[in-house]
Amino acid sequence: MTSVAIEALGARHEPPALSQVALIARRSVSRTFRQPALVIPVILFPLILLAVNAAGLSSITKLPHFPTDSYINFAIVVCFVQGALFAAITAGTELASDIQKGFLDRLALTPAHRWAVLVGATFGGTAVSVVGSVVYLIVGLIFGVHIETGVLGAIVLVLLAIYIALAFAGIGAWLAILTGSPEAVQGMFPLLFVLFFLSTMNLPADFIQKDWFRAIAKANPISFLIDGMRGLVIGGWDAGTLVPCLIVATAILILFYGLAARALRRRVQRT
Amino acid sequence: MAARDNGIEVRDLQREFKGGIRAVDGIDLAVAPGEIYGFLGPNGAGKSTTVLMLVTLLPPSGGSASVAGLDVVRQGPAVRRAIGAALQEAALDDFLTGWEHIQLQGGLHGLTREQCRARGEELLDRVGLTDAAGRKVGGYSGGMKRRLDLALALVHEPSVLFLDEPTTGLDPQSRSALWAEVERLAREDGVTVFLTTQYLEEADVLADRVGIIDHGRIVAEGTPSALKAQIGGVALEATPANPNDRERLRAALARFGAPAAGSPKSVAVRLDGGAEALPEVVRTLDGESIAVADLQLHQPSLDDVFLEKTGRSLEGDDDEEGDEGEGAGEAGRAPEVASR
Repeated sequence: MTSVAIEALGARHEPPALSQVALIARRSVSRTFRQPALVIPVILFPLILLAVNAAGLSSITKLPHFPTDSYINFAIVVCFVQGALFAAITAGTELASDIQKGFLDRLALTPAHRWAVLVGATFGGTAVSVVGSVVYLIVGLIFGVHIETGVLGAIVLVLLAIYIALAFAGIGAWLAILTGSPEAVQGMFPLLFVLFFLSTMNLPADFIQKDWFRAIAKANPISFLIDGMRGLVIGGWDAGTLVPCLIVATAILILFYGLAARALRRRVQRT
Repeated sequence: MAARDNGIEVRDLQREFKGGIRAVDGIDLAVAPGEIYGFLGPNGAGKSTTVLMLVTLLPPSGGSASVAGLDVVRQGPAVRRAIGAALQEAALDDFLTGWEHIQLQGGLHGLTREQCRARGEELLDRVGLTDAAGRKVGGYSGGMKRRLDLALALVHEPSVLFLDEPTTGLDPQSRSALWAEVERLAREDGVTVFLTTQYLEEADVLADRVGIIDHGRIVAEGTPSALKAQIGGVALEATPANPNDRERLRAALARFGAPAAGSPKSVAVRLDGGAEALPEVVRTLDGESIAVADLQLHQPSLDDVFLEKTGRSLEGDDDEEGDEGEGAGEAGRAPEVASR
């Protein structure tokens, strides 16, 4: 009889929240990195786009009053935000496939807290953008990026990129829980990408000619993220761009993880 | 062991989905501690919905249920600690190894690393996956996945085990290996097992008691032998050598019992006198000079019970022809494809 063993284990209680997150995050990171299709494009795509843009758009730095004379200094941060966008899509697709395949039910049958499941599941996508951010920085430095704020600024830049990726992963998680379909999450990619182009990604706001475009770009939350990071590279330590960047990132984080948690409570109706 | 209440009690349990579909329409049942209860029914009968409610993943729309003495609505977390569940289609992560699954599930249940290792080694050994533990689950066969799923359900030593169609789609060997392990769990460890199945053979071999569910209601319940006894004695099926003799054969056999379901070419009756009546049947046919091409005795099956209670056959009409094992194995693939 194993009744003795059952009694011996009976005293066991649910693990602390942090180890729950760690366990679920570890699984998410492992399975994400075991799928090269989820890692390689995230690292290559932003760099390729940077190379293409650098070839075609570098002359814009010759415009009067352009904030920098090096196009790559101007454009490098776009890579980081794109990495964050990929984090959203990867985290969302992965979580949606967990829902579709019933893995979420498996987790729901353990004492794991809803929040631990949600946050842990976004770590795979975020982890890829951690690797991506470091690669973008190194490649950028090799090709002559000069970071005005120095080594500390470079570190803050990468940390900021990771924080933004974590926040974006919340968007993906929310879409995943709402739809329960990996295809639906991936279908949102073009939409998010358009939102990126309607920002200060390729031009500073004041250089955008069309009034409607400039208005959208100035109000676009993505612009605040880009301008905050870009300031570290081409400007200097400027609270005027850094603080709005942090506020927007935090707002996205809170808003979408909150929405995701609410959606998760509806989807998993565990008593 | 006696003090430990790990039974299941269900009273008037209901679940209504959007559009007024009553997937579970007032179910009453009781499973004794250590018993294996087989919940038998066709696809869409309400088996999985019932299981989801009992494992606290779906709130009932009405009625009540307690598992291991705990209310599934008001004591969800305590119920989940007491139960293990292997739900339909073994939801595993193809990119993780067997070990990593054990570590994740054990860890979330609060086992320490050492407890996890000890318990994992024991369980993987028991289900025969020790050698495959380091491999990614994506490369496992269907049977291996079900066995890992079972091991995972047991990681925290639950006293009640829920298995939702544990052998659907498995080959006969994998199926009997899983049966043996489930049987051992109930007999040796005193684990209560609630198992859903659409296979008569599985319910017959494994379950102490069977509940037959159709359209969200339990239409029959009892031990497999008691249910079959309700149907009556053995059936005799005779095929005349000359098809023109069929009516004479029918008249001759009518003296021995009520008509039963047979093939279009044969005549079948449920023998009032049981198998002992066979010599008399043969003498009678001989006396009336009816040549018989084929003569078979059928023990009543759970399918007869299902047919009697619902007017439909559970496994299709052509499954009564013997070699049930292979027939069930073939039948296993079709519903799986259909359900996805």
